Amino acid sequence: MDFLLIFENLDLYWQGALTTVKLVTLSLLLGLLLALPLAVMRRSGNPLLRLPAWSYIYVFRGTPLLIQLFVIYYGFGQLEAIKQSLLWPFFQEAYWCALLAFTLNTAAYTAEIIRGAIETTPEGELEAARAFGMSHGQIFRRILLPSAFRRALPAYSNEVIFLLHGSAVAGIITLVDITGAARIVNSRFYNPFEAFITAALFYMALTFVVIWLFKRLENRWLGHLRARS
Amino acid sequence: MLNFDGYAPAVLDGALLTIEVALASLVMATLLGILGALGKLSRKPLPRRLAAGYTTLIRSIPDLVLMLLIYFGGQAVVNQAAYAVGYEDYIEISPFVAGVGTIGFIFGAYLAETFRGAILAVPPGQLEAGYAYGMSAFQVFRRILFPQMMRHALPGFGNNWLVLLKTTALVSVIGLDDMVRKASLAAGATQKPFTFYLLVAGVFLAFTTLSTLLLQWAERRYSPELKRSL
Repeated sequence: MDFLLIFENLDLYWQGALTTVKLVTLSLLLGLLLALPLAVMRRSGNPLLRLPAWSYIYVFRGTPLLIQLFVIYYGFGQLEAIKQSLLWPFFQEAYWCALLAFTLNTAAYTAEIIRGAIETTPEGELEAARAFGMSHGQIFRRILLPSAFRRALPAYSNEVIFLLHGSAVAGIITLVDITGAARIVNSRFYNPFEAFITAALFYMALTFVVIWLFKRLENRWLGHLRARS
Repeated sequence: MLNFDGYAPAVLDGALLTIEVALASLVMATLLGILGALGKLSRKPLPRRLAAGYTTLIRSIPDLVLMLLIYFGGQAVVNQAAYAVGYEDYIEISPFVAGVGTIGFIFGAYLAETFRGAILAVPPGQLEAGYAYGMSAFQVFRRILFPQMMRHALPGFGNNWLVLLKTTALVSVIGLDDMVRKASLAAGATQKPFTFYLLVAGVFLAFTTLSTLLLQWAERRYSPELKRSL
């Protein structure tokens, strides 16, 4: 074991960590924005809304993230329609492909989490809102959503960690995220242990930060649901 | 676009290997998961700490990083060890062993949590009754605990299987000739990456669909009374 080489290349890891954090944070935000309408559509009584949402969620949860990334990064170049479009410069860059794949993937999982949370809304809360004379939109905005988001928090924290760990596949398509940095260090010095253990430590630190953050959020927003001693 | 230029059989051949990797990993993960769960519930501090360390460690590191660490790192360790005892040829760990070992090791940690909950769901009185009959600890495990915990574990077990199945896509990265790698080769030869990766996605979707149906059937079959009590 010789971690001196790692210290000399720590800059590469920091750069990688920055890429990982940027990619994951952005895809989580965009994914959340997509997930909400998806969850609502998935619950709609109209099959024209429900079926597309259902299929989207089904396909993205039923296939590996790596394959989704490959279809977008390697596959889109085969399609003339995309090659001719204005978006082609984006699809040539690994970064935007990873961002797109991660966003679409997390949106599907998050939509299911939100749907579950919406479906477990206590009936009494909705009755109370109706008794107050609130309209459908008002009930949705004031009662259903805030209450569902709170209940979704623990499951969502798992999804955040899953995406953080899943984002390691970005290192395969030439991006220098944490895994990419480790792969570069390993191929340069052939020191697999030091290179990948360092990457593991970086991911671990990030995981603990996520867990800590969500614990704080849960204390703040779910405090009223905590068991009283 | 849906013309596979004769490469479809090769890719489907890889699908077989993907299934093999997944099933072998599942067996290893189940064994490790039961060990981990028993460790977590042990009254002695050492197994408890070991099991806690195992599950925490695994769940905070990405699968891919662990796989690369075990494949490349394990290679280095094995060779250094062999060299130390005087063996001078280069030993290569097969990607199959590294892949199955890593995936089994990772999902053992997740299954340990599932099994822990399932063991706790078996009424302790039944285990005590087993001991009172003079059964050994292993007999109690095999005759009373195991058959009953498995039905409680089934939903969590099923979810883990679905995640595990998708994780096997990563073994292509360490050079195993699974479906993903076969598809990469075919994509390179035909210049049709979209077609072949879509085919792989379709096969994975078929696997997960089939698994979901089987699991639903198993849950209905093995825990009818648990369903009714919900």
